[in-house]
Amino acid sequence: MSEEATAPKIHVENLTMAYGSFVVMNDLNFEINRGEVFVIMGGSGCGKSTLLKHLIGLKDPAKGEIFYDGENFTQAEDEQKLKMLQKFGVLYQGGALWSSMTLAENVGLPLGEFTSLSQKEINDIATYKLSLVGLRGFEDFYPSEISGGMRKRAGLARAMALDPEVLFFDEPSAGLDPLSSRRLDDLILELRDSLGATVVVVTHELASIFAIADKCIFLDAAKREQGAIGNPYDLRDQTENMAVRNFLRRGEEEVPAVL
Amino acid sequence: MPETDQSPTLEINRDGGDGLCLVLKGVWKMKQDLPSVSEVETAVQGQSGLKRITFQCEGITGWDSGLMTFVLKCGDLGEEKQIEVSYDGLPEGGAGLMKLATAVPEKKDAARGANTRSLFYMVGSGSIHLATEAKEILTFMGEATIAFTRFLTGRARFRWRDLWVIVQQTGAEALPIVSLISFLVGLILAYVGAVQLAQFGATIYVADLVGLAMVREMGAIMTAIVMCGRTGAAFAAQLGTMKVSEEIDALQTLGISPMEFLVLPRMLALCCMLPLLVIFSDFIGILGGLVVSVTTLDITFTQYVNRTVDSIDLLNFSSGLIKSTVFGVLVAATGCLRGMQCGDSSAAVGLAATSAVVTGITCIIVADAIFAVVFNIIGI
Repeated sequence: MSEEATAPKIHVENLTMAYGSFVVMNDLNFEINRGEVFVIMGGSGCGKSTLLKHLIGLKDPAKGEIFYDGENFTQAEDEQKLKMLQKFGVLYQGGALWSSMTLAENVGLPLGEFTSLSQKEINDIATYKLSLVGLRGFEDFYPSEISGGMRKRAGLARAMALDPEVLFFDEPSAGLDPLSSRRLDDLILELRDSLGATVVVVTHELASIFAIADKCIFLDAAKREQGAIGNPYDLRDQTENMAVRNFLRRGEEEVPAVL
Repeated sequence: MPETDQSPTLEINRDGGDGLCLVLKGVWKMKQDLPSVSEVETAVQGQSGLKRITFQCEGITGWDSGLMTFVLKCGDLGEEKQIEVSYDGLPEGGAGLMKLATAVPEKKDAARGANTRSLFYMVGSGSIHLATEAKEILTFMGEATIAFTRFLTGRARFRWRDLWVIVQQTGAEALPIVSLISFLVGLILAYVGAVQLAQFGATIYVADLVGLAMVREMGAIMTAIVMCGRTGAAFAAQLGTMKVSEEIDALQTLGISPMEFLVLPRMLALCCMLPLLVIFSDFIGILGGLVVSVTTLDITFTQYVNRTVDSIDLLNFSSGLIKSTVFGVLVAATGCLRGMQCGDSSAAVGLAATSAVVTGITCIIVADAIFAVVFNIIGI
C-alpha cells in the first residue's frame, strides 16, 4: 500500500479540552485509520460529545492539535478549514434537520452551496441519498412530520450529501427502539464498506459498540484522561483498567450473555 | 381504614449501657404530623457515652417516605455526633432503602454555598459577565458587518426564498396590528390636542399636530416597538430553538456561516420592511386624527387634508423614515443577537425572547433620543 493509504486519517495530539477554567479531559492522544469505525465511549458527562465537537471544529482545544490526513486542522486558516469541513459529514443527536426546509431541501442545501449542479441534478441526488437511508418518497415532508428515527436517518442522508471522507455520529442509537438502532448500526457498517469512509461514533450503547467498533477509546471521567484504546472485545477480555472493564461488562465479572 | 387513625408516636428509651432505642408506633406517612428529629437531638445531647442508635418498629402499621426522611435525618445526626446508627430494626424494605440512600456519600463540594453570595463574588462575577457581554455584542456587530459587505459584493451564502418568507412575515403579516395601533395613536393625539387647542379656538391645528407627531415621531417609534415585540421576539425564539436542536451547529460544520444564512436575511428584510410599515403607519395615524376631527370637531374633510398637506414637508417625512431604517436594524440585530447567544435548554429560549424584546425597546428609545438631539442641532 502507498504511504497515503497507510497514514492515519485522523491524528489527535495532546488534546486538552476545557470549558473556561474547567478541564474536561487532559492529554488525549490517538490515531484513527482510514476506513475504520472508531467509537468514543464513556459514562454520561465524561466529555464524549465535547470531544466530537472538537473533532468537527465547533470548539477550539485548550491545548493540543488535531490533524486530518496529516494536515493541521486546529491551526488552519478559515479558507483551508472550510475545505476540510466539506469532507466531513455529521449526524447530530436529534438529526438537527433545518425545520423550515423539506427533507429534499435539507439534503440539497450543501450540494447547492458547494457544487455547481443544477437544481434538477441536486433534486436527483437528494432523492438518491434519501433512498439510501430508506426514505424514498418522503422528499417533500418537513422534519416535524416524520418520526424521530426517520429524522435521524434523514440527518444521515444530509451528512452523506457531499460524499464525505469522514462521518461523525453523535449518539446514533439514543432515543431509538432496539430494532431501529440495530438497523442504523447495519447502515453505518454498510456505508463504511461501500463508501470507504472513516466513521467516528460517540455512544455508550454496549450492543452498538460491540457490533460496529473496530477500535474504541474510553474516556475516564474520574481521572479526566483517556482510559484505554483498542478493539472492544480485546479491551473487555484483557484490559487491566478496571473502569474500562466495568464499563464493557456492565459492572459484572462474567461477560454478559447477550454480548 | 382504621390504621389512619393511629397517629405516629415516638418514644426514646435508653437501651442498656451505651445505646439509644427509638420506638416508633402508628402510621408514619408524609401527610401526618410526624414527630420531629429535634426530639432525638435533645435526647442525644442529654445523654453521655452514647455509641449506638437503634430503631424498633414493630408498632408501625403503615409508612412511606415520611418515615425514611426521619430515619435519614437520624442517620445524619448520628454521623455528626459519631454515633453508630443501626437500621436493622426498620420495617421490611426500609433497611434496603436506607442502604440505597447512604450508598453514595454526600458530595460536599458540589453544593453551591456561601461564597456565591458574598459581595466581592457578586461584584466580580458581575463585571466579568459585563465584559463578556460587551465582547459578544461587538463580535456580533463585527460579524454582521462582514456578512453585510459580503452581501454587497454578492458573495453571501443564503437562500433568497428565506428572505422572501421573512419579508412576508415582517411586512404584510404585520399590517393588521400596525394599522390598529397607529389608528388609535392618531385618534388619541387628536383628542389630546383638541382639548388644548379648543381653548384658543384653534382646533383646526389638530391636523398639524397629528400629522407632524405621526410623521416625525409616533409612526416610527410605535411601529418599531410593535415590531420588536412581534418580530424581534420571534427571531430570538427561532434562532434560539435552532441552537438548542443543533441546527446552527449543523450549518457551521457544513461551512455555512449562520451569520450569513440566518441573520443576514432577517436584518435585510426588517430594515427594508420597517420603513414601508412606517409610511403605512403615518397614513393610518393621520386617518385616525381625521376621523376624530370630522366627527367631533366641526372640521371638514377638505380642511383637514389641506392643513395636513401644508404642515408636513419632505424633511419631516424623511426624518421619520431615516429613524425607521435604523430602528429596523436595531430590532433585527437585538432579536438575532439574543437568539444566537441562547443557551442550550428550552428555558434559555424563553429568556432569549424576553431579553430580545427588552433590549430591543431600550435600544429604540435610546436611539430615538439621540436622533432628537441630533435633529435639533442640525435643525431638521
